[in-house]
Amino acid sequence: MSTTQEVPVTAPQDTSPHTTHAPIPFTRILGVELRKMFDTRSGFWLMASIAILAVIATAATIIFSPSETLTYGNFAGAIGTPMAVILPIVAILSVTSEWSQRSALTTFTLVPNRQRVISAKLLLTVAIGAASMVLALTVGAVGNLIGTAIAGVDPTWEVSVREVAQIILANEIGVLIGFMLGVLLRSSAGAIVGYFVYSLVLPTISGALASTQQWYADNAGWIDLNWTTFQLFDSTLSRTEWTQLGVASTIWLVIPLTVGLILVRRSEVK
Amino acid sequence: MITVENLTKTYRGFTAVNDVSFVAQPGRVTGFLGPNGAGKSTTLRIMVGLTDASAGSATILGRPFSSLPNPGREIGVLLDASAQHAGRTGREILTVAQRTMGLPSIRVDEMLNLVSLTERESSRRVKNYSLGMRQRLGIATALIGEPEVLILDEPANGLDPAGIRWMRDLLRDYANRGGTVLLSSHLLHEIEVIADDLVMIGNGRIVAGGTKAELLSGAGTVVRASASAALAQALRDAGIIVTSSTDGTLRTDAEASQVGEVALNARIALTELRSADNAGLEEMFLELTAQTQREGAAA
Repeated sequence: MSTTQEVPVTAPQDTSPHTTHAPIPFTRILGVELRKMFDTRSGFWLMASIAILAVIATAATIIFSPSETLTYGNFAGAIGTPMAVILPIVAILSVTSEWSQRSALTTFTLVPNRQRVISAKLLLTVAIGAASMVLALTVGAVGNLIGTAIAGVDPTWEVSVREVAQIILANEIGVLIGFMLGVLLRSSAGAIVGYFVYSLVLPTISGALASTQQWYADNAGWIDLNWTTFQLFDSTLSRTEWTQLGVASTIWLVIPLTVGLILVRRSEVK
Repeated sequence: MITVENLTKTYRGFTAVNDVSFVAQPGRVTGFLGPNGAGKSTTLRIMVGLTDASAGSATILGRPFSSLPNPGREIGVLLDASAQHAGRTGREILTVAQRTMGLPSIRVDEMLNLVSLTERESSRRVKNYSLGMRQRLGIATALIGEPEVLILDEPANGLDPAGIRWMRDLLRDYANRGGTVLLSSHLLHEIEVIADDLVMIGNGRIVAGGTKAELLSGAGTVVRASASAALAQALRDAGIIVTSSTDGTLRTDAEASQVGEVALNARIALTELRSADNAGLEEMFLELTAQTQREGAAA
């Protein structure tokens, strides 16, 4: 057959007049990405659960705590636990749902510069983390007022601004770990499992090591991010402890996050 | 206009796309044909920056996709209608696209109207959509930015016959107004009906390309006469290769006009003379892809 022929390779001059469109501003990407966190049923309830869990934790503290332990510190602690689980999941899903649901195909054809999309998601998850913590701590404060009024005792506010800031920082580290696992694994199930490995399995291994290896027990603060982060909840950190936090965060957070960001930029979207 | 030049993609020694070059012209529908695994989708993904090319380039309106300031306004893309968050409503998916591109919100309703998704359907979540509805939504997302170029991967999948007709008319009209359409498919008849130009790919390589008329004219001639043996002899004497079919016709690669002339000179009355277009692209497609598959086995 004479049908197999060379395809014309030389491009004819493209004469169509080009309208130049304005580039997409970063604020618009932020707005769209924020919308995408709330516009599915699962996304909406995940966000709503932050407020719901704060109220439940506060109510449980009022109901079950003896009146002498109705202090703001206890309310903050009770609320902190569910937040430490839910906020990293918010961060994970903001990234991984694009891959698990394959909406990345549309997202990155509308905004080909993936860094801009990922940066918007990162900024939003950190901001949502901070806003959620402020909301949760406010709910806790209201709970403290109501709880002590019911019990007929004076409200105790023994938590300083510095401690509140440390609690928020500790939760933000959790948020960033979630985000890091999201960009690194790009799978919702994988990243959520990864988060529980980070927060439950690694501390166990670290504890086992510390009980058998004296050298590790002495130096675990430099390596065990969980333990170091935990210090933020109830103490004033020494200069050494801050440095330990920096070193452990670099190993477990900054390095894998950097690798993840490079992978996200290059990975094939299917 | 889309220009693809010497595009190559290799994965650990496996060449998925091998030195692919072609041009999709404005005002025309270009059909991108190939069997599964031929490299169609990989080529399309490279064009829109979802996959990096190993070598070569693809430009849309003269620029690489990644340098378009607001790509949705210049090129509409539908690679996979099911690649949407299942929990979002159809309307919300269009709204996200409309906002990303910075369009007025009225475009969402205009597009829903264009692709015939009702108000009620648009407020349902995509997980409850049929594939046909997802294709309509995908077309709406691709067209919302009023782009000059459309890239569609298997858009007819899941559409009912009326939907396929609707899609064909829509794309025809779009091309007639000066748009560039690149349409991939393995549905040969669908492409044959709609495309002006064809690019065929098999095992990552372009195996044929050109206008539909050019490709079809090469399909040969079918001729029938009562004096079949005498006609065959006359044609052979004229240096034309002939094969006899079981239905009593003769087939040849020669032009119908040439066959008619030979018959006239030999004073043989013809009962039928036509170009062999009924076999059409399908025969050519199967032949070409089978050929490259054999060649591919050696690679």
